[in-house]
Amino acid sequence: MTNLAQTQTQLLSVQTAPSQKRFFTAKRFLTPLLIVVALGGLLIFLAARGEPDKIEAFALNWPYMLARVWEHTVLAVSATLLVAIIAIPAGIILSHTHNRWVRGFVLGIANMGQATPAVGVIILFALIFGIGIPTAIAALVIYALLPVLRNTMVGISQIDASVIESARGMGMTTMQILRRVELPLAVPVILAGFRTALVFSVGVATIATFINAGGLGEVIIVGLKLSRPAVLVTGAIVVSCIALLMDWLAGLAEDHLRPKGV
Amino acid sequence: MIKTTSTSGVGITLENVSKSYNSSAPAAVDNFSMNINPGEFIMLVGPSGCGKTTTMKMINRIIEPTSGKIIIDGQDVLSLNPSFLRRNIGYVIQQIGLFPHMTIAENISVVPNLLGWSKDKTADRVEELLALVELDGGSFARRYPKELSGGQQQRVGVARALAADPPVMLMDEPFGATDPITREKLQLEFLRLQESMHKTIVFVTHDFDEALKLGDRIAVLSAGSQIVQFDTPANILSNPANEYVSSFIGQGAALKSLALIDVAQAKLLPASAATSSPHSVATFDNLRTALDRVVLAGGHPVAVLDEAERVVGAIGIEEISDALGADVRNLSPEKAV
Ligand SMILES: Nc1ncnc2c1ncn2[C@@H]1O[C@H](COP(=O)(O)OP(=O)(O)OP(=O)(O)O)[C@@H](O)[C@H]1O
Ligand SMILES: [Mg+2]
Repeated sequence: MTNLAQTQTQLLSVQTAPSQKRFFTAKRFLTPLLIVVALGGLLIFLAARGEPDKIEAFALNWPYMLARVWEHTVLAVSATLLVAIIAIPAGIILSHTHNRWVRGFVLGIANMGQATPAVGVIILFALIFGIGIPTAIAALVIYALLPVLRNTMVGISQIDASVIESARGMGMTTMQILRRVELPLAVPVILAGFRTALVFSVGVATIATFINAGGLGEVIIVGLKLSRPAVLVTGAIVVSCIALLMDWLAGLAEDHLRPKGV
Repeated sequence: MIKTTSTSGVGITLENVSKSYNSSAPAAVDNFSMNINPGEFIMLVGPSGCGKTTTMKMINRIIEPTSGKIIIDGQDVLSLNPSFLRRNIGYVIQQIGLFPHMTIAENISVVPNLLGWSKDKTADRVEELLALVELDGGSFARRYPKELSGGQQQRVGVARALAADPPVMLMDEPFGATDPITREKLQLEFLRLQESMHKTIVFVTHDFDEALKLGDRIAVLSAGSQIVQFDTPANILSNPANEYVSSFIGQGAALKSLALIDVAQAKLLPASAATSSPHSVATFDNLRTALDRVVLAGGHPVAVLDEAERVVGAIGIEEISDALGADVRNLSPEKAV
């Protein structure tokens, strides 16, 4: 799991290396197209099956599904925002810390959070803090911390030392260097980490249902437990579409916020 | 374009300045003392690792001295806020370190902004500096650093350091990363700028020829930033303090000396002595150029022209040699290869 996360982060940072992408590329339209095709296909499939039975009707109706989608999105997005609030400042402080022990310690904890199976984290948290949405969000935060933390550190420490030196040599204070030089130059890499965290959170939020925190996991569980493949498939496809959509939106933000000239 | 108003240099004194990075290793800079006059162009030359960069970077406290005193314009540098101090010292490094996310204009505006200049004043200054480093025209101001060639980037580096018109400039191998032709061009341009600016400049290089070309005085350093000789280029060429300095001068001391003397300083032959060859030399050229033309003219004297291109005399091998002899009396034959 840790290795997977590392590889993913590395891949993402490589992906955001200097590139002069045009804003409208085929790739831009591919994701929305995929989402429309998947959801359209799902609707056609469900319509073609005829009347749902009683159990299916419980889940496969608009108000119920929209409520689960809303819960799921709130879980994932609020967890990711919390991650950003915690991990970006922590990453900034760590990247300026020359003490290897401190770095190792914090990264170790973040690694542990990610290496522990998500179900384990969420159940452990439920045992300590009780069930419910706040606990689910806390577990998601622990799980999604690493990519943002790591990318913030990488983003800042990859900046050419001569750029920082000339900023110092021109008389910028430490805070001015951070605000005017380090953060703008690290933004692409930090956002890539944020994007990873967001997609992780959408996926992992599926297990929030185990501690009564709602989300699309409920739909999947209903489908599984009561042997209703149509319900199961619907839950899975909708979660995937949310993940794709989030990834697409974060990609747009990344391209939009990438500093020019880099 | 020559700038009309410019803050000229102030004196710098370093007193027994030392720096040890590591208590077990010998000091990188060991008890360094130097007096630099206002407006002087000082070169620090020496082999890799001898402590040139460390010495220079202590002046703006990018590196904090372990002991000693540094005084700029009567003020003890160590008593000042480092950021405020640095805003009044131009700083150029070999890697240039332009901010890649800022346009050229924004890069040049950094120090004026830190000093709280008005938008108009900064914009005027940017335009003036781009003209000064010959990057006017085109859309340079709005381009990003990666859209410029290495030489152009280095010019921006110099312009950025000059932005707030600091009295002191620190330059660490600023032209080191450019190809020889671009380097020569940048050197000449910078020399021309300095003629009108009179900044106090501390310039680090390991290229002795660059030191000869640019410096008013050259400090030849050995390990621990020990000053082996500190003198004008002509004096160092004619009177190297020891073998160490001679080894730096290398071959061709006579030719190098010639490059430091203007044709105007030589005793000329009457204009009639010039052969009818198409080659000629100007009074403001140096004797090395004159020798070059004489050789091209088959060893015969060539015409000397003044600034208005009028023939004022002629110069041949003997006149060149005499001028050199007057300047470099102690140049021993084996050194004058
Ligand atoms: N940050 C540092 N930490 C430890 N030692 C250092 C540091 N910077 C420089 N040194 C050491 O101090 C000595 C002087 O280094 P310095 O960079 O001043 O040399 P230099 O004359 O500029 O060399 P070069 O021509 O290669 O740039 C060297 O022995 C170098 O290894
Ligand atoms: Mg150096």
